[in-house]
Amino acid sequence: MNSQLYDKLIFEYSKPGRQGFSLPKRECLDCLDSIPQALRRQKTLNLPEVDEPTVVRHYTNQSTNNFGVDTGFYPLGSCTMKYNPKINEAVAADTTIASLHPAQPTDTVQGALELYWRLQRALCSIGGMAEFTLNPFAGAHGELTGLMVIRAYHASRDDNGRQVVIVPDSAHGTNPASAAVAGLQVRQVNSMPDGTVDLDDLRSKLDDSVAAVMLTNPNTIGMFERNIPVIAEMVHAAGALLYYDGANLNPLLGVARPGDMGFDVMHINLHKTFSTPHGGGGPGAGPVGVRSGLEDFLPNPRVVKNNDGTFGISYPDSSLGRISGWLGNYTVLVKALAYILSLGKENIRMVGPLATLNANYVMESLRDLYLLPVDGPCKHEFVFDGLRDKSQGVTTLHVAKRLLDYGFHAPTIYFPLLFHESLMIEPTETETLETLDRFIKVMRDIAHEASEQPELIKQAPLTTPVRHPDDTEAALHPKVTFDEL
Amino acid sequence: MNYLPHTRQDISLMLERCGVTSLDDLYADVDDSLRFNGDYDLPEAMCEAEIRRFFSGLSAKNRTMTCFAGAGFYDHYTPAAINAILGRSEFLTAYTPYQPEISQGTLQYIFEYQTLMARLTGMEVSNASMYDGATATAEAMLMAVNHARRKRRVLIASTVNPAVAAVVGTYARWQNIALEVIPEHNGVVNRQEFESMMEAGDVAGVIVQTPNYYGILEDFEGWADTCHRHKALLIMNAPASALAVIRTPGEWGADIACGDAQSLGMPLNFGGPYLGYICTGKALIRKLPGRIVGATTDENGKRVFVLTLQAREQHIRREKATSNICSNQGLMALHTAVYLSLMGPEGLQRVNALGADGLRRLSDGLAESGVMTPMYPGHAVLNEALFKVNNGITPQQILDTCKDAGILAGVPVGDDGLLVAVTENQSIEDIDRYISTVKSLKQ
Repeated sequence: MNSQLYDKLIFEYSKPGRQGFSLPKRECLDCLDSIPQALRRQKTLNLPEVDEPTVVRHYTNQSTNNFGVDTGFYPLGSCTMKYNPKINEAVAADTTIASLHPAQPTDTVQGALELYWRLQRALCSIGGMAEFTLNPFAGAHGELTGLMVIRAYHASRDDNGRQVVIVPDSAHGTNPASAAVAGLQVRQVNSMPDGTVDLDDLRSKLDDSVAAVMLTNPNTIGMFERNIPVIAEMVHAAGALLYYDGANLNPLLGVARPGDMGFDVMHINLHKTFSTPHGGGGPGAGPVGVRSGLEDFLPNPRVVKNNDGTFGISYPDSSLGRISGWLGNYTVLVKALAYILSLGKENIRMVGPLATLNANYVMESLRDLYLLPVDGPCKHEFVFDGLRDKSQGVTTLHVAKRLLDYGFHAPTIYFPLLFHESLMIEPTETETLETLDRFIKVMRDIAHEASEQPELIKQAPLTTPVRHPDDTEAALHPKVTFDEL
Repeated sequence: MNYLPHTRQDISLMLERCGVTSLDDLYADVDDSLRFNGDYDLPEAMCEAEIRRFFSGLSAKNRTMTCFAGAGFYDHYTPAAINAILGRSEFLTAYTPYQPEISQGTLQYIFEYQTLMARLTGMEVSNASMYDGATATAEAMLMAVNHARRKRRVLIASTVNPAVAAVVGTYARWQNIALEVIPEHNGVVNRQEFESMMEAGDVAGVIVQTPNYYGILEDFEGWADTCHRHKALLIMNAPASALAVIRTPGEWGADIACGDAQSLGMPLNFGGPYLGYICTGKALIRKLPGRIVGATTDENGKRVFVLTLQAREQHIRREKATSNICSNQGLMALHTAVYLSLMGPEGLQRVNALGADGLRRLSDGLAESGVMTPMYPGHAVLNEALFKVNNGITPQQILDTCKDAGILAGVPVGDDGLLVAVTENQSIEDIDRYISTVKSLKQ
């Protein structure tokens, strides 16, 4: 790792006359002369001039300043940082797919459409839904799309007074934000001490202004919402629909399906449950599934199988409209299908139980030193409310930063908002017992450090190349381009 | 199974630690009536070789064509170095850089991306990227409505890409934003109509595009002034690559630049992943959706990068948020940074010149045949133009005949239009083959 030698920005390597491109030699620059000067770029284009070897070395060295799932254990709660299989990448790098333009006639893209259709069917079977769209680009985009499906459904029944979405106080921030972007108001429902929905509170908040109730199950602290059949009945009796936020679908693979629990609409994060790489924050995919009776409202374009066995694209008028330029992040879909087919119908059943086993194993191994606010077997993840011994002033942030010194990515911290010192751990099923044991040992060592050498741990991280970035300065005087430095 | 590392012994040891005897016990809280005991409708597990065969089988049902279609997505060349860098698994398998101490790689390339996009669009700041050009334009509309507070009218030029306009329309519909179309005349949006629609008042934002859907470089002289006189924001959508040579949104006085960066060498990939960009002036930075990376220093005084201005974002604002954007299009932002670094100013200008040269050769050749002539002659175009199909021949006949020759001839527009784009990827021979195929149709 050469972070000291190669810590420049790409602009700082620029030298006039250097070239990093390789283009056809044809003489042609004069053909831009026919464009009137007023329509031409006025200011010189200031891009770096760098040779290819320097570009490659620059970014390769940057990559070594990063931590990914391939680098080490990444127990980031709610993000399902499972292993991203290499065969997925291999089949998604297909040169034919790379060349396919969205406007190609459907008879020239039958393979692409069939792949899309097969993934739709696979997700229907996994989610217990009637139909899926794969167009949404991300989980939050799926939430927005799902809520639009729900609005289109109510509108089709002239039931236009439904302007409210109910979300639990423990919900991820995208739930209320997606509701707001879908033009709906948010009503919060309280959680019980174990993080499950307070049924009395829900009952009091359900009325004919409610369009939908959004839930994750298992919920944000990894507890299964036992009352889901009752909740579904209450929601449907009020004329509203029940939305499944698929952020926590992983532990249910092989165990249960949202459609069977009474959910009407759901999204799936393919970059969580179905192993597509997170890419430093995208591209992901957030397919949306619906139960029978809601198919007509899904966004356009739709991929359909024709009676003659060929595949086509349709644009039903009943659709909520278009939410993407074309059919979503296509190569992400390829990777998800490769993963599902690699697991097959038999191994996919093991994903949920083994993810749950890993989480419970870590939880049980640490609960004597970390405060477990809710007892009982968790599902894919669990939340500690910080250390048990808080007497030395060591916080969740300190624990998280100290983990970086030991070569682990930190868990999700200060979410959910139900607890002051939330430390949310999701190991996923792809981690070995040995990795979990190493993590457990480190977490225990940190807890002991917190009691015995609190001043040391409060300085963490001690060994990373970057230490304690000044966030306040960054927000107070934002410098967001090289030209502002 | 190669991704599931548990041995039998591991499982029993771990169950013991958990105080249960079977995996099923961990799901005691899931009622039997909710259990899925059936079979998933999936094939049995495939090994790697079978996976490869399965996907090559599907791939063989696709057909690679010589691409003269654009309509927002362009067949540009992807330099080999890009895939080498995007394949670095430290980039590929990381998530949002929540822990800056071990995420400087991601944070730094996003900072570079933001700089490059701000320079390309002629704006001051950029966010860390959006899903695609259509959703970026919809988010730009939400920014304008949020900025204007009570005003709910947004105008959109009829010369904006219809797929983009459709997505903007979907977002507008559910927010009760009145989206009104400014009509076009002779291939460009009508200035007089625009002025009179503005006079009616209550406009929060105006969305235009250049080069427009027909490939025409529109003249937006004075548009920003009119918008600002009415306290509306001017939102300008532009395919990113063209901005190397055409007048930029910043130079037109636009308040927000947005669009798709697919034209910066991203493979077509049947629709994605691409990247939406959104850039604006410093005054509007706190209205930007999504992630933003900023520079700061660490305790050793070293220049470092962090996610910043997070008070704008959904996880803080929740139901008061004006955008639900959580992730960005991280890896494609890396693609963009590497592409622009490799191309530099000269490379990107050459890409544009090669496209323009190709279109001119094609247009000249087609004019000889008389079958396809420019629909809107007299307007400046770059690498894309709308052609009128003459002589009783339909656009569909051209598409069909060209398809037989392995050519994607364009995108049909209306009854007699064919929208055609040329990039550096189409050789002189490809262009000649297009011309001769169309000529053959005449005979």
